[in-house]
Amino acid sequence: MPAIEMTETAVLPADWRDFLALTKPRVMSLVVFTGLCGLLAAPAMPPFVLGFTAILCIALGAGACGALNQWYEADIDAKMRRTAKRPLPDGRMDRQSALHFGVGLGSFSVILMGLATNWLAAGLLAVSILFYVLVYTVWLKPRTAQNIVIGGAAGAFPPLIGWVAATGRVEALPLLLFAIIFLWTPPHFWALSLFVRSDYAAAGIPMLPVVAGLDNTRRQVFLYSLPMAGAAVAPWPLGLTGPIYGASAAILSFVFVVLAGRVLANRTTEPSAMAAEKHLFAYSVFYLFALFTALVADRWIA
Amino acid sequence: MPRPDDELVRGRQRGRARVTALLLGAFVVLLFFITIAQASRNW
Repeated sequence: MPAIEMTETAVLPADWRDFLALTKPRVMSLVVFTGLCGLLAAPAMPPFVLGFTAILCIALGAGACGALNQWYEADIDAKMRRTAKRPLPDGRMDRQSALHFGVGLGSFSVILMGLATNWLAAGLLAVSILFYVLVYTVWLKPRTAQNIVIGGAAGAFPPLIGWVAATGRVEALPLLLFAIIFLWTPPHFWALSLFVRSDYAAAGIPMLPVVAGLDNTRRQVFLYSLPMAGAAVAPWPLGLTGPIYGASAAILSFVFVVLAGRVLANRTTEPSAMAAEKHLFAYSVFYLFALFTALVADRWIA
Repeated sequence: MPRPDDELVRGRQRGRARVTALLLGAFVVLLFFITIAQASRNW
């Protein structure tokens, strides 16, 4: 009977920095920022420590999503250059530790949110974690090119959770904030997947450029940017925000649509020549930061 | 079976124990302030 081989990496306990890397801190920053803006844009402000705890719980919930995503996709991550150095595919941590860490962190974040703020916010946080892990990671991502469209809902929850943590109610503005991120996600991720599509193809992930081709993806990027721009500007004419947000949203969204138009016009198949796609991807991150900053500025200055 | 250097294992364990202790301490402090904030909100 062959002896069970144990490698040095399996015997060695994982470093605490590897647990931190499991939470995808860079992705977390956008989640924390939009959650914080949702909280700051709300009409009622909770005491500082409760607001701080709400944002901490959103961050921990996002960290749990990252850990569980990496636990489930360790074999896929090993096939992609962009992700091959993560703790699991690199052999610096065993899968069970990642699973326990993710489940523990997620449960802790939901319970703490419920105890510190309210159970509606905790319920929304639980739904967002389960949606990201079960609906997006496990169900949609490996099966359909529409994974990003529906899965984008998971990333759209933070401003809604921030608002509900502050007020205890679901209202029109946070639902519009949800819609903005939901509609922003496809052009953002498809712009990225256009110039890293060989990675996704190698890993067998059915991203839109791999399944439907470059031209179709470029058309979808442009088409999604239109309702996204509409949702971004909508709070102003609906009387939910003031002119600071309205003017900022109109200008920022106009530039977004122009850049998406440049992606639509691009015909290259060579990733190194996809400057329009890279510009749109970089701008889309700036766009979300700037839009939510304008929302908070509008609430606090106007 | 290759045995990792004992000192390396101890180092990793020490590092994780320190971080866990720090996080637990921070959690206790946070819980204290949450309790104070909740109590003053309910008065």
